[in-house]
Amino acid sequence: MTDLTDLTIAEARDKLAAREISARDLTKAAIDAMEGARALNAFVTETPDRALAMADEADKRLASGDAQPMTGIPVAVKDLFCTKDVRTTAGSHMLEPFTPPYESTVTANLWANGAVMIGKANMDEFAMGSSNESSYFGAVKNPWRLGDTDLVPGGSSGGSVAAIAARIAQGATGSDTGGSIRQPAAFTGTVGLKPTYGRCSRYGMVAFASSLDQAGPLTRTVRDSAIMLGAMAGYDAKDSTSVDTPIPDYEKALTGDIRGLKIGIPKEYHSDDTPKEIEALWQQGKEWLREAGAEIVDISLPHTRFALPTYYIVAPAEASSNLARYDGVRYGHRATLEKGDDLNEMYEATRAEGFGAEVIRRIMIGTYVLSAGYYDAYYLKAQKLRTLIADDFHKAYEKVDVILTPTTPNPAFAVGAKLDPIAMYYNDVFTVPASLAGLPGISVPAGLSSDGLPLGLQILGRAFDEETVLKVADVMEQAAGFTARPGVWWK
Amino acid sequence: MNKDMSNKYIIKGATGDWEIVVGLEIHAQVTSNAKLFSGASTEFGSEPNSNVSLVDAAFPGMLPVINGECVRQAVRTGLALGAEINKFSRFDRKNYFYADLPQGYQISQFAHPIVGEGEVVVELEGGITKTIGIERLHLEQDAGKSIHDQHPSFTLVDLNRSGVALMEIVSKPDMRSPEEAGAYLRKIRTLLRYIGSCDGNMEQGSMRADVNVSVRRSGEPFGTRCEIKNVNSVRFVMQAIDYEARRQVDILEDGGTIDQETRLFDPGKGETRSMRSKEEAHDYRYFPDPDLLPLEFDDAFIDEARESLPELPDAKLARFVGEWGLPAYNAATLVGEKESALWFEDLMGHLVKQTGKPAEAIASRASNWMLSDLFGHLNKVGKSLTDSPVSAEQGAKLLALVLDDTISGSAAKDVLDDMIETGRDPAVIVEEKGLKQVSDTGALEAMVDKIMEANPAQVAQFREGKTKVLGFFVGQVMKESRGQANPAVVNKILAEKLKG
Repeated sequence: MTDLTDLTIAEARDKLAAREISARDLTKAAIDAMEGARALNAFVTETPDRALAMADEADKRLASGDAQPMTGIPVAVKDLFCTKDVRTTAGSHMLEPFTPPYESTVTANLWANGAVMIGKANMDEFAMGSSNESSYFGAVKNPWRLGDTDLVPGGSSGGSVAAIAARIAQGATGSDTGGSIRQPAAFTGTVGLKPTYGRCSRYGMVAFASSLDQAGPLTRTVRDSAIMLGAMAGYDAKDSTSVDTPIPDYEKALTGDIRGLKIGIPKEYHSDDTPKEIEALWQQGKEWLREAGAEIVDISLPHTRFALPTYYIVAPAEASSNLARYDGVRYGHRATLEKGDDLNEMYEATRAEGFGAEVIRRIMIGTYVLSAGYYDAYYLKAQKLRTLIADDFHKAYEKVDVILTPTTPNPAFAVGAKLDPIAMYYNDVFTVPASLAGLPGISVPAGLSSDGLPLGLQILGRAFDEETVLKVADVMEQAAGFTARPGVWWK
Repeated sequence: MNKDMSNKYIIKGATGDWEIVVGLEIHAQVTSNAKLFSGASTEFGSEPNSNVSLVDAAFPGMLPVINGECVRQAVRTGLALGAEINKFSRFDRKNYFYADLPQGYQISQFAHPIVGEGEVVVELEGGITKTIGIERLHLEQDAGKSIHDQHPSFTLVDLNRSGVALMEIVSKPDMRSPEEAGAYLRKIRTLLRYIGSCDGNMEQGSMRADVNVSVRRSGEPFGTRCEIKNVNSVRFVMQAIDYEARRQVDILEDGGTIDQETRLFDPGKGETRSMRSKEEAHDYRYFPDPDLLPLEFDDAFIDEARESLPELPDAKLARFVGEWGLPAYNAATLVGEKESALWFEDLMGHLVKQTGKPAEAIASRASNWMLSDLFGHLNKVGKSLTDSPVSAEQGAKLLALVLDDTISGSAAKDVLDDMIETGRDPAVIVEEKGLKQVSDTGALEAMVDKIMEANPAQVAQFREGKTKVLGFFVGQVMKESRGQANPAVVNKILAEKLKG
């Protein structure tokens, strides 16, 4: 019998439905794997007791025939989603002592579907980072290694992807603001889907940049991604920016038939800085889709080069305001004060102690670009560029159905390798444009680098057309036949 | 009536005359059960921190959701101000740190307010009116309250008000005297109370004003202004303007300049004092709130809001004067408070029914009775119209007795006293006290004859042309009849008989 932790969500679901396995056994296997993989530092908080209780509930549902697709499936929850009575840190010292008395809508949807939470996954502090090194709770290690060198799993959903790649959980929630689902998926040989902005509720998700943040699933297969998205998504009256459109049966979209679909290849995503092997993989992706009957169309997204600077104005601007609530007054960390210290001293000491360097950097950038005298030159100009970038996509989607690009400009790098923030930001170069436009995108593992590290290809789609994105991703996944796995060194 | 005139208000300085320029930003709490972006209660006087949702306390991941009722009330208010309704408006974040501002920003409308320009007409002393321009009205969240005097070393924070919906109504700098500012503030309060979008209770903080004051010599451009924050009564607004204008004139006449700054009014001392200077002013870093969609609505929504408006005070005043023939002063006083206007209309309804007379024939007398007799008597016992022991229907019964000459005006005052004390029916009181007035000509003629016979000297005086003694005879008849003689009939009989 195969190891239970190797099962995909789809396989586990079918076995659970057939009563071949129990949710309790599946969950116990996940807990064992989690406890055996502490070297990865993938979890901030493990919740084994809660997991077993949820698994027993799932078994009751399965027995009574009331099961949903995710019933009994072990899931890691990015520590950005507030979970009732379970500590939620957002990877920050600021929220180290914070236990919310409420549940995020996305996780509530998962639990209503019967999913089982095994723990809260490590992440870059307040989702700010591309390597999971900014977490107050320490860097997460990529299950993939280069010899003896520890690699980053990408970020900010680093703990989530590590839990998937290391065969701990079947699925994990992530959040993507500029690439925080897709980039770590590419770095770990997993599937990461950022849905359309508004598809999943942001209620109860610790905010980084409100106009960009979007929750999505991290899984091992495209099919699992379809299943899990269906259990996370939905309109929520508590989030004014969530959109009230029906949730299709995403799994049904995986027909394997992409004949006649038009695949756009944006010329602006070619760069001399991109390693040859990534360009080659992109070419390979085109071939796979062409062979499956799709039509390849060269397109232009002319404002692509402005996407990264635009993102690094808009996102920090919103973050500087969103993070103002962490002031030590009502919850979370508060600095120890000297007698006679005033309110400003409390703010300064609390925030200096509570936030890490990357968070402080972005708050400073955001405050700057919104300041009187700089607003027009930075924030307003960035908003205009954002509109132009979105228009590029709208025009492109008059000609094509999806767009194919590499997910990242490089494979996973060594822990501590990228000390320059700008070099780190460059990791988001292929993922940020779709984030600014609010469009769905998925990263699918498509091959290995010359060093044997996973590489991903990204498929972007029209707003609320996750079905076509998933359909094409499924075909590419089949064609790529990515079966490589990291050696288990962490036990 | 709508002609703009002004009572010139001038500060006489040592070097000449100064004109003052005033603009008001009125913060009015929207009447609604829930806050602007959360479901928490807005009830006044609750235990500290009992009306606080996770949204109001800005917990991680909490999101604002607009309360549609507050939007509707803002639109109704805009319509009542005769203002342009913006079908597209947007919420912005105003960023600053304070312990009673949990989000670290206030959600407000900076660039695109829900209501644009409008105007209101205010009534000043002597029947003069003036039109005051409205710049805009926008929706915003209130902050919580920091309490510094409950603990020796801690500041306590009460978040009950955090997130409560406010309408900020910004005037143009159109006021030129404390009186105009007071009249404007009262007019806005009246309007808000008429349409029910704010209860206008300044002492409970549901309405307060930021007052912008500058001074200039006549004909010169606007001077540098100071903003006096959070003034919470009409009287204080007027006092603050007067003090602040004189302070500025003193500085300017001494050769100084006015610093643009934020000031506080101290009601105890009647002074304003500096709160923070322009240099200390916050950079609020306004930007569109990404958690909220813009507010967009169609004509149907605006039409529905318009149809929900009651008759507004200006229209009511015009009707009272034009259709019912009320003296302008009476009409303005009655219309000034929604309760008194409605009570008067109720009174008139009953009175027309009871007397069968047309409204215009009796409205003027009814208004006099209400303003002097009823208000006077209620005042004496420390009551107001809202807790009046006399209903409009009972009032109409009493007035009907006066109008059909059953009792005299002076007897009516006694009856009203009794009604206020006992709540009894006026007819019962009149019957019991024997207050029915004598209008029987025969009986009164006999009485007049008897009095003339007893006072031949005064009769002679009258006939010599000293007609003033008529009053003496009226008095004697009233005395003889124990106040029950109908004065009109008595006058008529006396006039005939004294002529001889």
